[in-house]
Amino acid sequence: MTGLKVENLSYSYGSKTALDGVGFSIEQGAFCALLGPNGAGKSTLFSLLTRLFATTQGRIEIAGHDLARDPRKALARIGVVFQQSTLDLDLSVYRNLSYFAALHGLAGREADRRIDVALEQLNMAERAHERARDLNGGHRRRTEIARSLIHDPAVLLLDEPTVGLDAAARRSITDHVHDLSQHQGLTVLWATHLSDEVRDDDRLVILHHGRKLADGVCADLRSDQPLSEFFLDVTGATA
Amino acid sequence: MNAPLIALRAIVLREALRFVRQRGRFIAALVRPLVWLIVFAAGFRAALGLSITPPYQTYITYEIYIVPGLCGMIILFNGMQSSLSLVYDREMGSMRLLLTSPLPRWWLLLCRLIASTSISILQVLSFLAIAALYGIRFPAMGYVAVLPALFIAGIMLGALGLALSSMIKQLENFAGVMNFVIFPMFFLSSALYPLWKMAESSEILHDICAANPFTHAVEMIRFALYLQLNLPALGWTCLSGLVLLALALWGYDPARGMLRRKN
Repeated sequence: MTGLKVENLSYSYGSKTALDGVGFSIEQGAFCALLGPNGAGKSTLFSLLTRLFATTQGRIEIAGHDLARDPRKALARIGVVFQQSTLDLDLSVYRNLSYFAALHGLAGREADRRIDVALEQLNMAERAHERARDLNGGHRRRTEIARSLIHDPAVLLLDEPTVGLDAAARRSITDHVHDLSQHQGLTVLWATHLSDEVRDDDRLVILHHGRKLADGVCADLRSDQPLSEFFLDVTGATA
Repeated sequence: MNAPLIALRAIVLREALRFVRQRGRFIAALVRPLVWLIVFAAGFRAALGLSITPPYQTYITYEIYIVPGLCGMIILFNGMQSSLSLVYDREMGSMRLLLTSPLPRWWLLLCRLIASTSISILQVLSFLAIAALYGIRFPAMGYVAVLPALFIAGIMLGALGLALSSMIKQLENFAGVMNFVIFPMFFLSSALYPLWKMAESSEILHDICAANPFTHAVEMIRFALYLQLNLPALGWTCLSGLVLLALALWGYDPARGMLRRKN
């Protein structure tokens, strides 16, 4: 079954084309890295996937639901971690999560149970009552990932989730999300411009200037080259 | 409890928590109308003669006249400030979080309006309590009857702020809109002077004041405080509220939307 399907997606800001006929599909439970330099169109793609922008050309399907035709069912199936933090820094970790749970119609014991499970998964349980402002960057990101899991999504979208984090926190978060896709069957779309966050058995889509330049299993695509070189080759050729 | 109500409760609670944390905002919201009431009204009392017009059945002091207008002022400022926080929210990203909820977008935005209106009502009631201590009192049941009027006025003015916030791209621009929207709306209304008084000096200004939805919100509040229903004011406020709400929803429509800009 397909977790996420994007077909012939194009988008422009006035005369500037941000996405040009992008299409790919990710199997359920797969980890797909969306690799692209800054300005490749990753954030525009995320805005379309989360329906902050309406799709003008092309089609998006999330866990079998067409985003344009059935936006509420599709949105209910995605968890999102935006590039910019969306935590309310003055609220505790728990309150941030319970606010989000309520936006998905969850409250009371059921919400508390899910919050506990999500925080446990990200090793954040003991920080539930700390203020978000008092957490370091890595823990804030983990809180946001935990939050994105509360409503039991089928697809997890992360837009450069490791920006601004140190190497250890970056590694830890990358590992956590790989685990989530492997052990829980979550379909993950992980946007990044850092090639060291992609594993050999990950699915890889390379985006540049709004176009898809490569799509396949990372190890097959790069063959003998290190991924960073392959990435530079592919993107450099069209720069 | 069903999903929309759970979301409403959470959004109102979040707005309330934010408000409690910002004590400065609460005090400013109270000081502003109190300065008008205690300083401005004292100076104007001698200059302005008021005749007996409904809902008043006897001569009243100027302080009594402007209290409903100041209630409107609190709601107007709070509606705009809440929109300011929406622009801020949007830049901080939590508006994104709100808009990616699977609940209908119109409901999510309405929840925000209900939340900010609830805060406005608390501020107005605090102001009325202080005014009562100062000696300006209304019929006891008037304090209950005014609640729905405050609610409708709050939704209408909040929708105005929401519509504006959807069209403003940067935080800095908002200060300009505050000056170009709040002050004209407040001064070109019946909040500080009755419309017939305005007509004596300029018919055109009178007509503008009479068309200003804020005038009607103030009159609806004024009549409600005396346990009377001013149907034209109620109708005009509801109508403008619906138009502004439609405009706000249009502004936040993803197909057109305010979010459609390069990040």
